[in-house]
Amino acid sequence: MSTALTVKETDDVFEIGDLTFTSRLIIGTGKYRSHAEMQRAHEASGAEMVTVAVRRVPLDRSSESFLDYLDPKLKILPNTAGCYSADDAVRTARLAREALQTDLLKLEVIGDQTTLFPDNEQTLEAARILVKEGFVVLPYFNDDLIMAKKLLDAGCVAIMPLAAPIGSGLGVQNPANLRIMREQLPDATIIVDAGVGTASDAAIAMELGADAVLMNTAIAEAQDAAKMAEAMKLAIKAGRLAYMSGRMPKRLYASASSPLAGVIK
Amino acid sequence: MQVYVNGEDKELGDGLSLLDLLNILNLPIQRIAVELNRSVVRRAEWASTPLKDDDRVEIVHFVGGGSFGRIEKKMSVESQQR
Repeated sequence: MSTALTVKETDDVFEIGDLTFTSRLIIGTGKYRSHAEMQRAHEASGAEMVTVAVRRVPLDRSSESFLDYLDPKLKILPNTAGCYSADDAVRTARLAREALQTDLLKLEVIGDQTTLFPDNEQTLEAARILVKEGFVVLPYFNDDLIMAKKLLDAGCVAIMPLAAPIGSGLGVQNPANLRIMREQLPDATIIVDAGVGTASDAAIAMELGADAVLMNTAIAEAQDAAKMAEAMKLAIKAGRLAYMSGRMPKRLYASASSPLAGVIK
Repeated sequence: MQVYVNGEDKELGDGLSLLDLLNILNLPIQRIAVELNRSVVRRAEWASTPLKDDDRVEIVHFVGGGSFGRIEKKMSVESQQR
């Protein structure tokens, strides 16, 4: 299942299980105004993996496969979006695996329709079952360190804390939680999922130490989706480089950049 | 016999297999998955899996979505062609 991707500019690759990516941006496939717009955005984003949802086939009309509109080079990450219980998520995951012949899965169990906040308890229950069945599980969950540890203990390959509610575009609402998660779980693969609204939000998530960011609405609902996709690509790269470079400490008072000696009197 | 397909009841003749059902419904069979009474039926077993009265069948495919996804508003092929 390994993919041979060219490493450009940097050896700073991003790994999930036995997959290696150069892009740290994972994007969704929903809410675009047209397939063509989605394709342009995907291309501009440089993303190598996209996520898709599982739904009943409509029986009253012939439907083409949505997957035909995706660049065949893209790795497909099926998700359990729309599931409200561990049971539904497990069934959906099994169907996705059968249809796509992939063990990859973005696990999502929603707890409430208004906030779309994840049901952490049901998510953990589903994760335990799916890991035992050989799935490579990437769970969406609240940005909580203890939950993160439990999901990793359950065998999840990566963890996907939210930045803000799904589709809200509010950006990282609790940077302290993400920083703590990064510091306490230095070896975990952390993918910030949901809530990013614009490029600076993605950069902040990366500066906080996220390994990657997954987004959909921020790109799909931008007036020019392809332009925003490119902005996200650059922001994620910038944020990653800033994180890797180790930022200067914050100080309350000024600290002169020019030498103090030799000023004319 | 009566079976429930994606929540809709369908009146079918006896002695049909899962594959026969897919053919009757005229569904594209690539990259779909089928569940019979809450268990996935592998593609290779569709032809040899008989349907019986009151069976629950779920047939799924993939649609655009990221997180949760307001998929009811998802684009249609028609909107792209317009």
